[in-house]
Amino acid sequence: METEMDTVYIGKPVNRVDGIKKVTGAATYSGEFKPEGLVHGYVVSSSIANGKITAIDTSKAKNLKGVLEVFTHENLPEALKSNVDYSDPLAPPGKPFRPLYNDTILYNGQPIALVVAESFEIARHASDLVEVTYQVDECSTDIKKNKAKATRDNVEAPPDDRGDAEKAYKSADFKLDVEYSQPRHFHNPMEPHVSIAIWDKDEEAFTIYDKVQGVNSSQTYICGIFSLEKEKVRILSPFVGGGFGSGLRPQYQLFLAALAAKSLNRPVKVALTRRQMFSFGHRPACFQQMKLGANKNGKLASIQHTAFGETSKFEYYNEDVVNWSGLMYHCENVKLDYQLIPVNMHTPLDMRAPGGTTGMFALECGMDELAIEADIDPLEFRLINYADKDQNEDKPFSSKELKKCYQKAAESFGWDKRNSKPRSQKKGNTLIGYGMATGCWEAFQQKSAAKAVLTDDGFLTVSSSTADIGTGTYTVMTQIAATTMGISMHQVSFELGDTSMPEAPMEGGSWTVSSVGSAVKVVCIQLQEQLFDLAKKVHPEIFKNLAHKDVTFNDGKISNKSGESVSFSEVLKEAKKEKLETENTLEPEEEQEKHSCYTHSCVMVEVHVDEDLGMITVPRVTSAIAGGKIINPKTAENQILGAIAWGIGMALEEEGMIDDHNGRIMNANLAEYHMAVHADVQNLEVFFVEEHDDIVNPLGAKGLGEIGMVGVASAISNAVYNATGVRVRDLPITLDKVLTY
Amino acid sequence: MSALNENELVLKINGENKTLNAASSTSLLDALREILHLTGTKKGCDHGQCGACTVLVDGKAINSCLALAKMQEDKEITTIEGISDSDQLSDVQQAFVNHDAFQCGYCTSGQICSMTGMLNMKKGNSPEEIRDLMSGNLCRCGAYANIFKVAKELIENRKAI
Amino acid sequence: MNDFKYIRSENLGESIDVLYKENRSKLIAGGTNLMDLMKYRVENPEQIIDITRLSLHDIYRRDDGGLRLGALATNADTAYNSEVEQQYPILAKAILSGASAQLRNAATNGGNLMQRTRCYYFYDTATPCNKREPGSGCSALKGFNRIHAILGTSEHCIATHPSDMCVALSALDATVNVQGTDGERTIPILDFHRLPGDTPEMDTNLKSDEIITSIDLPEKGFHTNYAYVKVRDRPSYAFALVSVAAALDLNGDTINDVRVALGGVAHKPWRKPESEESFKGKPATEENFGKLADHILEGATGFGTNDFKIKLARKTIVRALREAKEL
Ligand SMILES: Cc1cc2nc3c(=O)[nH]c(=O)nc-3n(C[C@H](O)[C@H](O)[C@H](O)COP(=O)(O)OP(=O)(O)OC[C@H]3O[C@@H](n4cnc5c(N)ncnc54)[C@H](O)[C@@H]3O)c2cc1C
Ligand code: SF4
Ligand code: FES
Ligand code: FES
Repeated sequence: METEMDTVYIGKPVNRVDGIKKVTGAATYSGEFKPEGLVHGYVVSSSIANGKITAIDTSKAKNLKGVLEVFTHENLPEALKSNVDYSDPLAPPGKPFRPLYNDTILYNGQPIALVVAESFEIARHASDLVEVTYQVDECSTDIKKNKAKATRDNVEAPPDDRGDAEKAYKSADFKLDVEYSQPRHFHNPMEPHVSIAIWDKDEEAFTIYDKVQGVNSSQTYICGIFSLEKEKVRILSPFVGGGFGSGLRPQYQLFLAALAAKSLNRPVKVALTRRQMFSFGHRPACFQQMKLGANKNGKLASIQHTAFGETSKFEYYNEDVVNWSGLMYHCENVKLDYQLIPVNMHTPLDMRAPGGTTGMFALECGMDELAIEADIDPLEFRLINYADKDQNEDKPFSSKELKKCYQKAAESFGWDKRNSKPRSQKKGNTLIGYGMATGCWEAFQQKSAAKAVLTDDGFLTVSSSTADIGTGTYTVMTQIAATTMGISMHQVSFELGDTSMPEAPMEGGSWTVSSVGSAVKVVCIQLQEQLFDLAKKVHPEIFKNLAHKDVTFNDGKISNKSGESVSFSEVLKEAKKEKLETENTLEPEEEQEKHSCYTHSCVMVEVHVDEDLGMITVPRVTSAIAGGKIINPKTAENQILGAIAWGIGMALEEEGMIDDHNGRIMNANLAEYHMAVHADVQNLEVFFVEEHDDIVNPLGAKGLGEIGMVGVASAISNAVYNATGVRVRDLPITLDKVLTY
Repeated sequence: MSALNENELVLKINGENKTLNAASSTSLLDALREILHLTGTKKGCDHGQCGACTVLVDGKAINSCLALAKMQEDKEITTIEGISDSDQLSDVQQAFVNHDAFQCGYCTSGQICSMTGMLNMKKGNSPEEIRDLMSGNLCRCGAYANIFKVAKELIENRKAI
Repeated sequence: MNDFKYIRSENLGESIDVLYKENRSKLIAGGTNLMDLMKYRVENPEQIIDITRLSLHDIYRRDDGGLRLGALATNADTAYNSEVEQQYPILAKAILSGASAQLRNAATNGGNLMQRTRCYYFYDTATPCNKREPGSGCSALKGFNRIHAILGTSEHCIATHPSDMCVALSALDATVNVQGTDGERTIPILDFHRLPGDTPEMDTNLKSDEIITSIDLPEKGFHTNYAYVKVRDRPSYAFALVSVAAALDLNGDTINDVRVALGGVAHKPWRKPESEESFKGKPATEENFGKLADHILEGATGFGTNDFKIKLARKTIVRALREAKEL
């Protein structure tokens, strides 16, 4: 329990400020508003992957009583067809997908009609009455089959080669040349995408509740399509039922809801079905060639990493897959290559730790394989090759306490008990294996703005257009604001998810705490200064000749060194001001540019493999994280725990099954697309090692949304090898792949 | 007025009788969310695959997305809005807050209803059983470890009584 | 989901009558399979008959020492029933390894027998499937068939029956009591489900006007030596790739009676009583378990992505028998 005087919340495991709303069902997500006259849209999806719609008959659907309209490419308003901008801030090179734009089918599951009706049930029923005929063209979705079509066009080039990797490889004492691959992963936040659009005909303005990870991008998108000024489009998103990247780009339900609301002049809700949640964006399928060489002393002599990622036929989706191989370990000879293979699928989309989790899977398994080849303990091997600077960029790290992570994880996990010989630990039918991996993720800071308003009752409201996708933004920002301002958390409210607030970046890339948090801190300091100026005017006897740095802000009061104080509320009241208000936009500082900023981790796992049946479980995971300053250990730990569950799913279960005959996702549901459930998650242990960083941003915090996932799949894969002697390089490691009979 | 087969029905939700008109095909979940505007119960898949829609019917957890609204007449339906019988949070709800047993919160109502159902049935007597009985509630945020702590604590307290 | 008329039936005769007269009627019990399929437009009944008010909920002991499970008793009530727990733990275990706690609370025993395959293509109306649309072709043959059958398949369909409960019922030699316009009859569990042959659209031998009223378990429950082993891609809330219900009646180390039923490998729970018969009187050794497995799996064929199931099934049978023996 906090004492009255103690208003330092940073670093404390406080409960979420929105917790009560979430456990009582009172938190209102985007699809749960009920504007007067709300009607329901239901999306009809294509059943082919490539070709054209030759006919679409909506008459039966329209004839059903209660159906208001069926939108298709045939009745799309002219204004939306001519010269409009369908791009969004995160659109990769290429042409963004335009829903209902024409008769062309680009991928299976593409939205081809929207039925709008008075009730959900009528819309759902009518959607089945829409009759579509297609001209079906050949499709192909398998990236390996299409390797010949790989391209470097529109690909952001990886870091330059250094040294001569091939030569060094040839003369290396220990070598590895293998291919790793992984299937498509789908974000599947528990809340399906949904938008409620309200059109104000008189004002010619939209108000839209949208499930998205950043309201400003939806605003840009809608403004571009409907040729509207920003003031005319307000996007709200107060609670988001999970994102993981799926809400980084505006999705088609947003466009469809807006289209229908404007055309019908009725508020329209469009929610995607779970199957439709597999019809936009996913972590791309990828295969990677990893060629590593090491010398007798255990030093890496050569790293060659080539990755082939999937993209659609209309956009070039890029992620940093191979860069990690030039960054993680000290090596003078490195060659990195990344290429894209376009197939008949929708465009991939950033998904938790995009690129990193993929590239690091290959690198960290490769390191394990090479360590075994060289007969060096995998942890020792990593220490031998520890990188003290970023050789990709030739920059020092702003901080890197990875060695502490290795040490902490090894100690707690009991790494020294690992037997390097595969199949050496067995209990009954269970083979036991240990594995480890390093994790790494960028510590970004993005331009962010925040506003702070202090009212004469001493209440502070801070706002920014950022999101809380479960990461704890509401709570952490409240902690930062309360601590900075020296005020009880109960006297602070943090508001977000509204384009009428100062602009924040999308919530993604683990940069919200560092970017928005820093902006909140700085805006609160700015507010302190204004408040102090005012205090000096109303109480010169206390603050005469003092500067801002000479006073303290604590417990809702400004105090001088001798303990004389005035409460915030008194200052405002005496100055006859109802409120003080200030806004600030913060950009990363130059000093940061001179450094490389990363979060690091070490993850160790124990796996159990049933020798006869192949079933794999993960009874134990230890993750030690160097993530700078931890604002809230409770929510921070939760992020890592969740990410470990993701790692388990990625390693053992997740796989989008796309039938190459028709480009259809055959397991587009949560029964057959397996993600981790309670039974997959057993004993998880998380440590945050002490890491001080003055450079990364004003808070010294690095963000934790992704780091917990990176490396987990490799550690599991390495542990499965240790348990069974079978090296599975193709994810997921399903039971059939480890059976040796 | 509707084009579809409709029925009038009376549902007893959180102790109150509610009369409504719904299509034959209306699920209990859609009746709650769309007609009665009790949006605490969530739709995650609409196919019994995620547990977000879990409510208690006669004290037992079921998936409201696979239950026809009309078939629930004469039953006691408890949703997250009524899971606590006082103005205070129920023990399960309070423990969820204390242990940070959620992130985005979208699966949370279902998790709480499932756990309440498990406790009602006096089940969950080993870690394995808890994890298995709770596995019908997916949490994509992966708050499983903390949800497990909640269950474990409540079951230990129950044993202590 | 299509539009339909809802009928609440208050007595059995009336339900049978409606079923008989309206051929696009469907019974609904727990709804956990029917609603699912209706939402995917796989099932499109014009009328649904709610049978949950019929008095078929009870579980009670019969005079012959066996147990009667009401068709409307839920899977959860069945698995947690104390007589089932004590006398037929293999059934309790099988039920509890299926679906989720919530689903089992709603799902009924009758519905569980009648649940349809989880074949990906059967579920997706955009793809050909002989079971859903006779004559359209079988997409699984050349597509994904990880969860498909290796025994008793036909060129028309390679789907499996997904139930766990039915596997245990098969091992126990349960019988299914049904009632229709022609009166009552009893179907042995092994004759209840069908092989696909050239009529994959028919899952069972239940006639269209018949209702399952109960399931009878014979007295012998194998509660001392039994096992239910379910191999799956996720440790909970996943269907079986292969599951085995094994039961032994031992005299010292000699097999008096043995039962092995498999799930996830065929269009019906798979049992081969003649193979079992030939191992009676033989020692309960690892070697004999292996031989029995080979007998049972004779003729097993894979279709690509399910090839691994053949060897896996053998290992699973041996494991289950060993567990049953060592219990
Ligand atoms: C996500 C998910 C996972 C699952 N996992 C598993 C699993 O791992 N293992 C497993 O075994 N099962 C699993 N199931 C299936 C579940 O067990 C079945 O859905 C359930 O048993 C069906 O029972 P019900 O009463 O709900 O049937 P309903 O949906 O009501 O009916 C199903 C069918 O049975 C017919 N029917 C019902 N009662 C009778 C009767 N008395 N006489 C004649 N016909 C009748 C209906 O007309 C209908 O055609 C899962 C289901 C889901 C949704
Ligand atoms: S296996 Fe059977 S159910 Fe599956 S596609 Fe083939 S015919 Fe249909
Ligand atoms: S919404 Fe009912 S189980 Fe997912
Ligand atoms: S808290 Fe987000 S899905 Fe569970």
